[in-house]
Amino acid sequence: MLKVDNLRLGFTAGKKTLAAVDGISFSIDKGETFALLGESGCGKSATAQGIMRLLPAAGRILEGRVALEGEPLLSLSEADMRAYRGGRMAMIFQEPATSLNPVLTVGRQIGEVLERHLNLRGNAATERMVDLLRQVGIADPERRLTEYPFQLSGGMKQRVMIAIALAGEPELLIADEPTTALDVTVQAQILDLLAKIQVDRGMGMLLITHDLGVVARMAHRIGVMYAGELVEVASREEFFTQPRHPYTQALFEALPEISRRGLKLTTIPGQVPSLAAMPSGCRFADRCAHVMAVCREVSPPWREVANGHTVRCHWQGEAAEESATRHAVTELDIDPGKAFLQVGDLKVHFPIRKGFLQRTVGHVRAVDGVSLAISAGRTLALVGESGCGKTTVGKALLQLIQPTAGSVKLGGSELVGLKGRRLRDARRHMQMIFQDPFASLNPRLRVGEIIAEGMGALGVETDSTARAAAVAALLQQVGLASEAIDRYPHEFSGGQRQRIAIARALAVQPELLICDEPTSALDVSVQAQILNLLKKLQAELGVAYLFITHNFAVVEYLAHDVAVMYLGRIVEQGRAEEILRLPRHPYTQALLSAVPAPHLDGHAEVIRLPGETPSPANPPSGCHFHPRCPQAMDVCRLNYPTVTGVSGTHTVSCHLVG
Amino acid sequence: MMGFQVVVLWSDILIWLLVAAGVGVGVLIAKTPPLLAAWRRVGANRVGMASATVLLAFILIGLLDSLHYRAQLESKPGQKAVYAIEVLSVLDALAAPLRSRNEKTYSAPFATRLYAKETIDLPGQGTVRDYPRLKHGGKHLGEREDEVAEDAAFTAFKAGVLAFIGWLGVFAAVATVNRKKSPKLKLREAAFAWDAVLLTLLLILVFAVPLFWLSGYYHVFGTDKVGQDVLYQILKSVRTGLIIGLVTTLVMLPMAVLLGIVAGYFRGWVDDLIQYIYTVLNSIPGVLLIAAAVLMMQVVIDTNPQWFSTAAERADLRLLALCFILGITSWTGLCRLLRGETLKLRELEYIQAAQAFGVSSWRIIVRHILPNLMHIVIIALVMDFSGLVLAEAVLSYVGIGVDPTMTSFGTMINNARMELGREPVVWWSLVAAFSAMFILVLAANLFADAVRDAFDPRAA
Repeated sequence: MLKVDNLRLGFTAGKKTLAAVDGISFSIDKGETFALLGESGCGKSATAQGIMRLLPAAGRILEGRVALEGEPLLSLSEADMRAYRGGRMAMIFQEPATSLNPVLTVGRQIGEVLERHLNLRGNAATERMVDLLRQVGIADPERRLTEYPFQLSGGMKQRVMIAIALAGEPELLIADEPTTALDVTVQAQILDLLAKIQVDRGMGMLLITHDLGVVARMAHRIGVMYAGELVEVASREEFFTQPRHPYTQALFEALPEISRRGLKLTTIPGQVPSLAAMPSGCRFADRCAHVMAVCREVSPPWREVANGHTVRCHWQGEAAEESATRHAVTELDIDPGKAFLQVGDLKVHFPIRKGFLQRTVGHVRAVDGVSLAISAGRTLALVGESGCGKTTVGKALLQLIQPTAGSVKLGGSELVGLKGRRLRDARRHMQMIFQDPFASLNPRLRVGEIIAEGMGALGVETDSTARAAAVAALLQQVGLASEAIDRYPHEFSGGQRQRIAIARALAVQPELLICDEPTSALDVSVQAQILNLLKKLQAELGVAYLFITHNFAVVEYLAHDVAVMYLGRIVEQGRAEEILRLPRHPYTQALLSAVPAPHLDGHAEVIRLPGETPSPANPPSGCHFHPRCPQAMDVCRLNYPTVTGVSGTHTVSCHLVG
Repeated sequence: MMGFQVVVLWSDILIWLLVAAGVGVGVLIAKTPPLLAAWRRVGANRVGMASATVLLAFILIGLLDSLHYRAQLESKPGQKAVYAIEVLSVLDALAAPLRSRNEKTYSAPFATRLYAKETIDLPGQGTVRDYPRLKHGGKHLGEREDEVAEDAAFTAFKAGVLAFIGWLGVFAAVATVNRKKSPKLKLREAAFAWDAVLLTLLLILVFAVPLFWLSGYYHVFGTDKVGQDVLYQILKSVRTGLIIGLVTTLVMLPMAVLLGIVAGYFRGWVDDLIQYIYTVLNSIPGVLLIAAAVLMMQVVIDTNPQWFSTAAERADLRLLALCFILGITSWTGLCRLLRGETLKLRELEYIQAAQAFGVSSWRIIVRHILPNLMHIVIIALVMDFSGLVLAEAVLSYVGIGVDPTMTSFGTMINNARMELGREPVVWWSLVAAFSAMFILVLAANLFADAVRDAFDPRAA
């Protein structure tokens, strides 16, 4: 149906045009999902924008053909093209929060498409809109039509976005990372919805993603992109059983998962070449484990390895020997010993102020009675969906946010309420690594100054030559060259910046590192590097990690202990093996089952959670989870369950247990 | 050689301090690679560099006009030296012919006769009513009054050719230096927009050299009501405009930056207090507040004549007072902008990382917040400059601007306004003042655009 032939797209920079997408060809049939898989910056989104002819101002279509049902799109006039956009092909974007216009009602935004493409107005349009909203699973559609986007949750916004895309009855749906910004339970809902709609309507779908789990769940055929080129195209079965391109194989091997606990993850050395300096041969040659002389000279041609499975690679060997290159880096059985950080009944409530006099009318209970214990050298993963308060816990531990109640004891001394000099002394023992490596380094300071800042503020190293030596040692420890000292953060890639952030935190020799989603902004191959580094540092220095994350694969790979948070409270806590193998709380069970696994057989039984996390300003009575719980009982609506011990280390807050 | 006594006015001190500060900031920028990179982008911007050249020409005039002295009066040997009551500047000395060759009243540009008829006594022929010959304008022509156009064109051409030859010299010098640095690069492809600078310089030279050459023989922009050369007035106005633009910023900047950052960083009651202050200030009509303050200041000046030894000092104080008042009333915009940006910055993770290290609040402000606000400050500075020059013109027009004895674009326009109603209309004063101000403000605005583009983080 859709046929893309030798499409080349470029971006103008000054007088030069750099090709971001360099001659890719693929086709999508009716009712088929074609997934474009690749890391950030490989040209996936540019391809989608090129097909829709929605490239940004600097973008140019250099050559190639795009045809929908045999009709060439690239030669159409802009006015004719508008009949295609939203009509015969539609697009869903990554960020539901910004893809809807905040000042128009949902009805207006769907109606716009109906009016333009189907010429529907008035009652007929309203009926159609209600019908569309029902199709995308929105309850009470009549009321929702008159609401504004801010009144909807993230998942609902994405549903509305899908409804808008469907309104023009498209033959082709382009979904650009449709679930990346959503939580796993909501992601599962949206993926199901997309799959169902596609079957019902027989649409073709171009799915753009970096997530192998999503690919495994959704795609029929997969194209892997690297540095602006397609390198492998295969059916879903072939792709997951016999990936042939070394890059694809490396992507699979870089995934953290439970079977790799204690092992070093395979990483892809180096970085994607920049657009301005593309190698003339195979673009992956510099990072490839199987590189040969011919790779650097001749760009490999397409080669069919099986029916419908083509690959662009000179290397004809078999898949690499698993685990041959791996070796254990950490002991899994670290003696829990005595906990050095004890958190007891920690509460952080933010007042809601209203009116002229700013009176407090209520509280957002971001953290509502959390108790944790961390012992040296171990990793505690704090897991939960967005808005459950896990980041607030981290900041409250560091006293960056003043806790409302509860205690944080570090080696027996209480931190809550400390002030001035004594608090500063205590800060030495805990440091934080932030989520976004682009926002966590001051762009106006040199790397050396950034790393030395903590030493200066906490008086760890006062002598300037000793401090310079310490900075150099730290850089080496996190795997950066020592000439990085005099450079500025913008000269580094995301993974390297995260290494700088880790070096900064380690500079004051803390015993506990609070890692707030340190890899969620990074690509899979870079994530593997950072996880390896964190493991190595733990083995060398014996630091404990509080690992705040929503990514279960990382938890499975890294954590010794797991605590699951829901709406400001911990619902289940225990050893990683216990929680991951035998989860007792229905929420943990649902979370685990909703994680899309990058295997063919990873989707045996998915527990569907209805709705989304309620607001912590107004939590449900009784057990906070009961409105979404598939096993809710009467007692759940009345009382919050007490903490029940399942084993010596495993506790659950649920009426079903005990 | 006559002796002289150096006179240092308060505004002179400020303006030279500003120059020193500018040099200091320049050195600082040269040591900070990200800032240097941003200014390099300004340097590569052709429009920006062309406007910077024009601005530099204006600043040069302003600086020449900021070195004041009093000339020694002729006195007998052995007597104590007596100095003239009139305070002059280096610019006055350079433009002495312009300053001293006053006519009786209005005369049009390139005129040889006055703009008003007078009764002239002709010996032996009784009295005639006619336009009298000017004392200075076109005197060298003698009886050949109808040859003004030819004479002026020829002189202009001569001067133009000379200017062009001079420019060729500059061009050759720049090209040689560039060739030495990077032998293969053509001037057009250099990182610094030399082509734009040289082209602007050519335009300035080809325009200005003939203009000043001709101004020795004619009143090129005419004369005003009391017969003063309009070109001279324009030269004098440049300094007033620059002082208003620069010194006001100096008053406003510390207040805006400090209060804006403090409000945004500390939040709470500090924020409330600062917000209330600027909301209140903003809700009072600005012109009324300025008028009230200027009038009060005038009363203070008038009741204390013993403070000033010359009229120039008095006018200078009033100018500074005006700058101060303008500064007090105009910091709110930048303050609000900086508060908003600080609110955003303080939530960023590197600030939180610094807090987690126990870095003190003031150190976070100086080290992490201020440098990341600098682009806004620089953009606001350059953009405010043109606004303030215009504000001075408006205030002087209303009569609450600079001292009436001080020449400024505002007073020139104000004086010219009366004459727009007469027939035949006196247009040159207004046109000349407007054009000069237009060029100054346009150059400042274009330069501000270039600076803003260069500091735009999306472009970096």
